[in-house]
Amino acid sequence: MKNVRIAIGLAAITLLIFGIAYPAAMVGLANLLSPHNAAGKPVYRDGALVGFENIGQAFDSPPYFWGRPSAVGYNAAATGGSNLSPANPAYRQLVQNRIDTLLKYHPGIGVKDIPVELVTASGSGLDPHISRAAAMIQVRRIAASRRISEEQLRRLIGQHCRKPLLGIAGPGDYVNVLKLNLALDAGVESAGQSPD
Amino acid sequence: MKPVLNRSIFNKAIFRESASASFAKLSPRAMLKNPVMFTVELGAAVMAFVTLLSLFSEREALGDAGYNTAITLILAITLLFANFAEAVAEARGKAQAHALRKTRMDTPAKRLLPDGKTELTSATALRQGDIFLAEAGDIIPADGEIIEGLASIDESAITGESAPVIREADTDHSSVIGGSRVLSDRIEVRVTSRAGESFLDRMIALVEGANRQKTPNEIALTILLASFTVVFLIVTVSLQPFAAYNNTAITIAALIALFVCLIPTTIGGLLSAIGIAGMDRALGANIIAKSGKAVETAGDIDVLLLDKTGTITIGNRKATNFYPLNGAGDEAFLELALLSSLADKTPEGKSIVELAEALGARPDLPGKDSLKYVKFSAETRMSGIDLPDGRRIRKGAWDSIRMWCQMEGGVLESFEAKTREIAEKGGTPLALAVDQKPQGVIQLEDIIKPGIRERFERFRKMGLKTVMVTGDNPLTAAFIAHEAGLDDFIAEAKPEDKLAYILQEQAAGKLVAMMGDGTNDAPALAQADVGVAMNNGTQAAKEAANMVDLDNDPTKLLEVVEIGKQLLITRGNITTFSIANDVAKYFAIVPALFATSIPGLNALNIMQLASPESAILSAAIFNAIIIPMLIPLALRGASYRPIGAGALLTRNLLVYGLGGIIVPFIGIKLIDLIVCFFI
Amino acid sequence: MFTEITGAIMIFLLSALLAWPLGKYMVKVFKGEPSWLDFLAPVENAIFRLCGIRPEEGMDWKQNMKALLLVNIAFFLLAFLLLSIQGFIAFWNPNGFGNWEPTLAFNTAASFTTNTNLQHYSGESTASYFTQLAVFTWLQFVSAGTGIAACALLFQGLANETSSRLGNFYKLLIKSCTRVLLPLAAVLALILSFRGTVANFRGIQQAATLEGGAQMVAGGPAAPMIAIKQVGANGGGFFGPNSTHPFENPDYLSNMAENVAILLIPMALVFSFGFYLQRRKLALMFFGLMSLMFISFAGLSAWQEARGNPAFTDMGLAQCTNMEGKEVRFGPVASSLWGVSTTSTSNGSVNSMHDSHTPLSGGIFLLDMLINAIYGGVGVGFINFFVFLVVAVFIAGQMVGRTPSLLGKKLEAREVKIAALIVILHPLLILAGTAIAAHGIRVDPELGWLNDPGFHGFSEMMYEFSSAAANNGSGFEGLGDNTPFWNITTGITMLLGRYLPIIGPLAIAGSLAVKKPVPESAGSLKLESFAFGAVLLSVILIVAALSFFPALALGPIADYFTL
Repeated sequence: MKNVRIAIGLAAITLLIFGIAYPAAMVGLANLLSPHNAAGKPVYRDGALVGFENIGQAFDSPPYFWGRPSAVGYNAAATGGSNLSPANPAYRQLVQNRIDTLLKYHPGIGVKDIPVELVTASGSGLDPHISRAAAMIQVRRIAASRRISEEQLRRLIGQHCRKPLLGIAGPGDYVNVLKLNLALDAGVESAGQSPD
Repeated sequence: MKPVLNRSIFNKAIFRESASASFAKLSPRAMLKNPVMFTVELGAAVMAFVTLLSLFSEREALGDAGYNTAITLILAITLLFANFAEAVAEARGKAQAHALRKTRMDTPAKRLLPDGKTELTSATALRQGDIFLAEAGDIIPADGEIIEGLASIDESAITGESAPVIREADTDHSSVIGGSRVLSDRIEVRVTSRAGESFLDRMIALVEGANRQKTPNEIALTILLASFTVVFLIVTVSLQPFAAYNNTAITIAALIALFVCLIPTTIGGLLSAIGIAGMDRALGANIIAKSGKAVETAGDIDVLLLDKTGTITIGNRKATNFYPLNGAGDEAFLELALLSSLADKTPEGKSIVELAEALGARPDLPGKDSLKYVKFSAETRMSGIDLPDGRRIRKGAWDSIRMWCQMEGGVLESFEAKTREIAEKGGTPLALAVDQKPQGVIQLEDIIKPGIRERFERFRKMGLKTVMVTGDNPLTAAFIAHEAGLDDFIAEAKPEDKLAYILQEQAAGKLVAMMGDGTNDAPALAQADVGVAMNNGTQAAKEAANMVDLDNDPTKLLEVVEIGKQLLITRGNITTFSIANDVAKYFAIVPALFATSIPGLNALNIMQLASPESAILSAAIFNAIIIPMLIPLALRGASYRPIGAGALLTRNLLVYGLGGIIVPFIGIKLIDLIVCFFI
Repeated sequence: MFTEITGAIMIFLLSALLAWPLGKYMVKVFKGEPSWLDFLAPVENAIFRLCGIRPEEGMDWKQNMKALLLVNIAFFLLAFLLLSIQGFIAFWNPNGFGNWEPTLAFNTAASFTTNTNLQHYSGESTASYFTQLAVFTWLQFVSAGTGIAACALLFQGLANETSSRLGNFYKLLIKSCTRVLLPLAAVLALILSFRGTVANFRGIQQAATLEGGAQMVAGGPAAPMIAIKQVGANGGGFFGPNSTHPFENPDYLSNMAENVAILLIPMALVFSFGFYLQRRKLALMFFGLMSLMFISFAGLSAWQEARGNPAFTDMGLAQCTNMEGKEVRFGPVASSLWGVSTTSTSNGSVNSMHDSHTPLSGGIFLLDMLINAIYGGVGVGFINFFVFLVVAVFIAGQMVGRTPSLLGKKLEAREVKIAALIVILHPLLILAGTAIAAHGIRVDPELGWLNDPGFHGFSEMMYEFSSAAANNGSGFEGLGDNTPFWNITTGITMLLGRYLPIIGPLAIAGSLAVKKPVPESAGSLKLESFAFGAVLLSVILIVAALSFFPALALGPIADYFTL
């Protein structure tokens, strides 16, 4: 009986310490020290929340860089991946369709030029990044749509390209699609070259 | 010259007896004590039933009748092979025990009646407490104790040792064994047990008995093997719904074959044979162990208590040098030494005479009657001779001679120095004096057995600590222990010192083995984890020990330890082999099960077996025939080399672990090459 | 690719290097030696006083196990209750999520109490912040603490010379939480929130996207939970897709930190064994053995992922790296390393979707859980490893001709019997569970559990039961597992797979603890030898992995050969 009382007491007290006090303290501390990061790096434009730096957004219109396919349509309130296996025929069909779509909207590129992440869905469904090559094949479409030079776009991509951590760890040569598109919008607006 | 025992693994009689016993052992009640093989029997029973059904039904799950028959037969053969292994081991044990006992029955006995007359009767008619007479040429009818007389006895019929032994009343060597032969002299013996019911007979019956107790390690291993069997049962049973999910039909025959191949039948089938053979190997070395546990424990021994005499040194001390010290000339001293020992029949005394003669002493011997021998007495602790010319020659330990003599400081010093010098080199100094004047010192030395140092080196590599037990003084003991390469010694040992030493080592968690023969050894024998009594020792010693050495050979301890280790190693090696075999069996059977419905899995058929049916049959056949092929290993025991635990493990792992992975790949492939002709 | 590999190597080395001092430190905590966190003593003493615990009271293995079970029952019941009435708790529930369905509540309470964190729910759409913190985060601490405490009891059992007292479970539980988990989690939580892991109490926010749409973005107090989920081998994510989610794992640095955190305590406890028993060389041998498997598996998995999907080649793509279910910022190598880390250590968090890995890579993750002792879960990993050790010592001990003894204690029928039962448990839970599921879906395909047909569908079911039995918590998430069948069967599997493998080895330790030690000699089995390492590795591979070979052949292996 004594042990039962200890067990109940222990459950209640640890819940208060580790379930309430610890997280509240950590959230408080994080917001105190680094509120922007603790908020998930929100991006505001003209005071309005347009997204979060690391949360990918759906882009499928011609003037923007397109991100990766998402199994959840970039719904950041019900996230997830496709969970399709490499051998699944339905999955293969899906990838084929994506290839066909890309080819259709990007005349002049071959299948070989398509980087694999552009036809596969990420695990979170919110992957904010694509590789430099994936951005590059979209340059002609965006340039045409925005009426800016391809060279400008390539330079922009180069500026946004991320290096591996410390130059030695992890993948490099990838860009944040949202930031790239924000830059596109910013650049376009400031230059007054809006095609629309 | 070992006795009648046939050391070859099979002879016709054993083969015939074992073959029939293997069928008798199929009774489920007998099988139940071996969980692994019991499940094989269940599998065989199910298969027999399925085979019957398949003769009359075309249902796909039942499979082809001919194929079912083949699998059923292979399973039955697997069982028979396992039973055969056990039966052979038992038969060999029985044959061994039988041979030992045969000689003791139905010999004539001369019973001594209270009126002093003798009555000729048969050994079986002797009762405990009867007294019988045995003279040169007689076979001793029953175990007993000499109450009168001394005789040399040939015990080779029992022990295989051809050298005769001396047995004498009122000593520690007073017991005689039924079946041995009196070579000389005449003794009166009191019967301690009837023929065929002696202590040894009871022990032999225990050894060969069918109600053998499993040893602790064997029990533990059986449990582990049973758990593997359950795991593979789960694996096999669950495979049916898995296959069904993939629209693959697996026949019952294939599932049962997979199950039997995966469970550790090799070790399961040989386990009891290994245990019996361990006892049997001990018996073959003329050691009767009271239980398998004792043999198993022997492998764990950490400390060996060894008597110096007979084990480390050859028999007794020998004279090796004469040192005249008090002005006596070399030759004169030799003569004195020789004379002093003329009547001394101890081995030391004889060796003094021999050495003196060899060095050229030829004293004029006066008539025998004119000499007066002075026997060693506890009072003076000297022995010697009184010559007709009145000279009194005495020899003895330096202490006692010093008491007897008068001498000046210089002489005293030179004697003290010499005796100490001899003792420090492991010798025993004997001082010699004439008419209370010291003359010189005789050096006696222990002769360390040739090769004993290497032997102890072996033990050190095995991790055993060797301890010499001796009555010598600490100086001498230290020297001999060092020379022979022992780790420790007990000097000036009394029986209670042995017990104290054993208790002390055991308190540190060590296991101790010792050998003994006297009644006063009994407590130590009982306390030791492995106590080996000599067969010519007293009844009390034999009762206290858990093994009896029929050869009375003090170096037997070493063999006992090796037999114990072999027992465990054999079990460990065959277990490893058995489990390692599973790798190849998986690669034979798994692709075979799914080859037709999932052709991709044929990539796993790395042995390129001809067809799914032949693959399964080959694996099952390999699984069966590996058992009889390993019977010799199980019975002889894996070879043991004292190369240190690490090297031993590496070696056994390469042979039985790696071998256990590779051999079945080759074996199954070869069998498949033959089997595919028949399908 | 090169920098991806150097990144993976850095993660492994960093984990091992940090684990060494942590292992040493944890021994200090277990033994109650002074350390720099002694200022926490008043808090701990207050807990002891409030609960009526006498921390210095030594208990034998049975008393400790009784304490462990009772405490865990209390955890479970409280968690079940709080989930069932979630909708009634207005506190920290900005999105207004309702009560949990009973079987899901049962499964989830079992899942977090057993340190499994199998999630048949999706965090951002089911669990209120109160549930995420006061139920999940709380249990992530105390369930990990339970495991570490059990491991400490095991160490003491092995160290004892003829004493049955293993220590005090309550004290070890509290101190593991306050002195090991809390500081590590706090540090990691701060690192993560500096990198962009969310830490707030705002509900779902709406962003106006550049293309003029609206994006609903779920946030919340994720950082503190993610920190303890990694440190404590829990793995239950704040969000559905776990650490693939940019709010859980924003960049490569956070990924490194989390991956190191996954490996840290499991690795450190191997070293702790060495420090606790003064057998550092042996601990290093164990570590080497585990690392050998770990590195081989990670290498094989990464190679398979980089080699990718052959179907892509057929479609004409130049690159066929398998990026399905993976994040660009991590790449295939870090995804494979994480996958092997999380399945080895019974963590269960993911930074890529295991279901979408290539068959052999997914098979390796499965194998990791079938072995469940490559570093293993916090505390329980070493306890599982200990069972293999008992079996290996028993076999190898005989091969050198002595009654097998482990760390100076003889292994006899009683110890082998317990180990044998534990050896059976894992295949029983996994294969029986999978068999029932496979039968069910064959009889009634309408159940619609499976996201992928054929062999991979089989893998999904087997993975789920393996994950539950190994208390891992990751999943082939294509499986539609929030059904009463899966909730109840895996719930029971998790409970059995948690407590029996703790009780069994502790019973062995309890029985070894009272034995008189046997001194070692040249004839004793040297555990620190290469040969014994080979035996141990073979036992692990043959006993644990090979018994699943037929099942693996029908799942990942068939999947691979028909790809």
